[in-house]
Amino acid sequence: MSISAAARSDTFPKLLAHHARVRGGRPAFRHKDLGIWQVWTWAQTHEEIRAFASGLSQLGIVCGDTVAIVGSNRPRLYWSITAAQMLGAIPVPVYADAVADEVAHVLVDAEVKLAVAQDQEQVDKIQSIAGRIPRLTKILYDEARGLRDYDHSHLHAIDDIIREGRDALGRDAQFASWLDREIEAGEGAAPSIILYTSGTTGRSKGVVLTGRGSIAAATDSVAFDRLGEADEAFAYLPMAWVGDHFLNYAKSMVAGFCVSCPESADTAMADMREIGPTYFFAPPRVLEQMLTRVLIRMEDASRLKRGLFHYFLGVARRHGENILNGDKVSLTGRALYFVGRVLVYGPLMNALGFSRVRVALTAGEAIGGELFSFYRSLGLNLKQFYGQTEAFLCLTAQADGEVFPDTVGRVMPNVDLRIADDGEVQFKSPGMFVNYFRDPTRTSASMTADGYVKTGDAGFFDPKSGQLKIIDRVSDVGRLTDGTLFAPKYLENKLKFFPNIREVVAFGNGRDFVTVMLNIDLAAVGDWAERHNIAYASYQELAAHPEVYDLVARHVADVNRALADDGMMAQIRRFLILHKELDADDGEVTRTQKVRRPIVAERYASLINALYDGSHAADIATEVTFEDGRKGVLSARINIRDMEAAVPSAGPAHVAPARGAAERAA
Amino acid sequence: MTPRVTNHIAEILLSIENVSLSFGGVKAVAAVSFDIRKGEICAIIGPNGAGKTSMLNIINGFYHPQQGRITFKGVTRSKMRAYQAAAGGIARTFQNVALFRGMTVLDNIMAGRTLHMRRGFFLQLLRFGPAQTEEIAHRHRVEEIIDLLRIQSIRKTIVGQLPYGLQKRVELARALAMEPDLLLLDEPMAGMNVEEKEDMSRYILDVNRHQNMTIALIEHDMGVVMDLSDRVVVLDHGIKIAEGTPQEIKTNQAVINAYLGVAH
Repeated sequence: MSISAAARSDTFPKLLAHHARVRGGRPAFRHKDLGIWQVWTWAQTHEEIRAFASGLSQLGIVCGDTVAIVGSNRPRLYWSITAAQMLGAIPVPVYADAVADEVAHVLVDAEVKLAVAQDQEQVDKIQSIAGRIPRLTKILYDEARGLRDYDHSHLHAIDDIIREGRDALGRDAQFASWLDREIEAGEGAAPSIILYTSGTTGRSKGVVLTGRGSIAAATDSVAFDRLGEADEAFAYLPMAWVGDHFLNYAKSMVAGFCVSCPESADTAMADMREIGPTYFFAPPRVLEQMLTRVLIRMEDASRLKRGLFHYFLGVARRHGENILNGDKVSLTGRALYFVGRVLVYGPLMNALGFSRVRVALTAGEAIGGELFSFYRSLGLNLKQFYGQTEAFLCLTAQADGEVFPDTVGRVMPNVDLRIADDGEVQFKSPGMFVNYFRDPTRTSASMTADGYVKTGDAGFFDPKSGQLKIIDRVSDVGRLTDGTLFAPKYLENKLKFFPNIREVVAFGNGRDFVTVMLNIDLAAVGDWAERHNIAYASYQELAAHPEVYDLVARHVADVNRALADDGMMAQIRRFLILHKELDADDGEVTRTQKVRRPIVAERYASLINALYDGSHAADIATEVTFEDGRKGVLSARINIRDMEAAVPSAGPAHVAPARGAAERAA
Repeated sequence: MTPRVTNHIAEILLSIENVSLSFGGVKAVAAVSFDIRKGEICAIIGPNGAGKTSMLNIINGFYHPQQGRITFKGVTRSKMRAYQAAAGGIARTFQNVALFRGMTVLDNIMAGRTLHMRRGFFLQLLRFGPAQTEEIAHRHRVEEIIDLLRIQSIRKTIVGQLPYGLQKRVELARALAMEPDLLLLDEPMAGMNVEEKEDMSRYILDVNRHQNMTIALIEHDMGVVMDLSDRVVVLDHGIKIAEGTPQEIKTNQAVINAYLGVAH
């Protein structure tokens, strides 16, 4: 069995050699180039990477050097990872869309000696910061376009390096056997890769992982999802992100399946449809975008098609998930679902590229219940897991038949996970990181005295399902004056899953009760207003409309019911709708749309006071920055609405608020 | 970026000598002479109604000048049909996009290969034997252009559904598919936003450098003209008022007067 053989190898180059021997004729990589899928078998891949490593060695790369990789998913960039590992050098993938300054931070911090770039754009970026990276001597590139007139004294095409490496291997048998000995002697406990965290909290840190740990973690995960050489993966998420390195690189190296790379970022979804992966990962925002695209296109379809779509979506909602979970479903239900599969679900899944997906995973952020159920009811076996870079990914995962939208699964085999007294999730895992690259201070700060890694996430085990639930960052979790737990993000997310609600800021730490300020979604609520003959001229006017307040109050009541069922969380007692959208130009949210709590608290202090002093309206004047940089003052009188506390329902847990479809249909 | 090296004594590809064209009493072009050299980007600029598009139409044989001589690749002529110009190696794009709106991007660009197709109509219809081999070769060439202009994602999209900026790019792709010796671009960036203009400029430079293609373009955006072109020809009321490097043109008093007007 390949998995046990894989477990015996402790470096990725050894695994590659293993696959070249065992399944040399099977595809390892695909890339669409000039409109045609190019395929490399494991044997070819092994040969190319060995020649690449030889070429890198000729360029002076030795054990312990660091090699940056900047670009999107391309076979040659994946090969550069393994080629560097063959020499004992440490690859450092960098986000392709990072600006020069961020790239500089990583390249300086990792002290890279050589950079592998995808194209002219990345070469330009690296050259613009080359002066700040003293050890950087060479830049390699994959796509030659636009680079012909560049000074090539320190710049080389990957293809040339591979060719020169191959020539050197053919010419010098001694060198070739040295390289093979080097690969064989690769140390599993040595650093295998450095993955830089995205740095949402402060400067990004280089997470050092070993080959042995990475392979052990990937082996557990491959066994959990029962992946094998016949599976197909599609690589479209950033190579620098731990998810891609774990789900595509490490797992394909363990299981021996083929990874396909899209022609370009724009064609990714069409390319995926052509490949038809059997194993697929998407963060919630990608799933959301796909659903939105489907719904928008259905609005333009003929009446008959639209009617069929909505009718059978209803059937799927009633029976789909039960069928997928293997629960009891009536004969009529099954028959209707079968017809739906022929007429609607099958073609839809095919259009999305999901026809062959056996295992679909999502993680990274909380996912809306309705979104999650939508895909599952169509027959996509979508499951959640939880993990982080420091763990080399999976800590908990959902098994078939145990899938819920608001939990992240049971603890993975070989993972030791505990909840600390303050609610923090802590772990020891096979793939656990060694340290933050050359940063002992932050390394020790992230560990407990007894060797567990602190995730910084607060969570608890759901008593009903026995699965882990993540509620918030530990640093954000607070308590009301009466001691009730207050997890702002947990309830903010529950509210944000309603399409009508765009942004939410919750308050409650050290207060008597929980209040929220929120932004409505102008597109969704505007659409609703149009259907209900509500006239409005601006966001401000729509946000202040009493019927909009009623609409939002219903959503808040739903969330309160869900919170009551959870049993330990404080409910929302008062809310208001802000007169303007929180805006990055005003510094209220980051460019990635994350709320900056201190700034919001300061700018809207008068509103927060009003939320707690019992008044039913408050005046506010805020300075706003227009898109052209001019500033102005926006003043408004904002109403505050009181909410009743909900009591826990007797029935099963109400896990997901219903999506706005019901409101739209009304 | 490495500075561009322009060879000012390069071989002359197209020579316009004393060309005049009038429509009834309107003199569109009056006794204009200039050269386009191999491998350069030559911009033709001037205020509205200066005769720029007429000049382009004369070069590709759409209009026939009443006077003057045109020498292209060493052959002098005074009259030429548009299809002869195309067969002779002149391709162009239009001020108002002129694509087959009901066809896909791929088919539009393949249409640019028509002049290079050697197999008979029926063989092509049957996609049989040599015709198939030929089509594959042409498709390969077209795919290279698609890659160069980064329009992979719209390969199979119907042109009529595309936004204007992309249609302009497809039109450039079709012109490139002809593998012309001289590429005429009539306002390639009209109606584009800054980002689209930057992209288009990069594609034009790529084409010029990588395929060593000679390009004559009409453009109103002076920033683009000054960045892109090796040489600039300025027309005003059908008369050539200046010619030179972008730097020379910027400081030329006659050009400034033509654009800003002058007190009489």
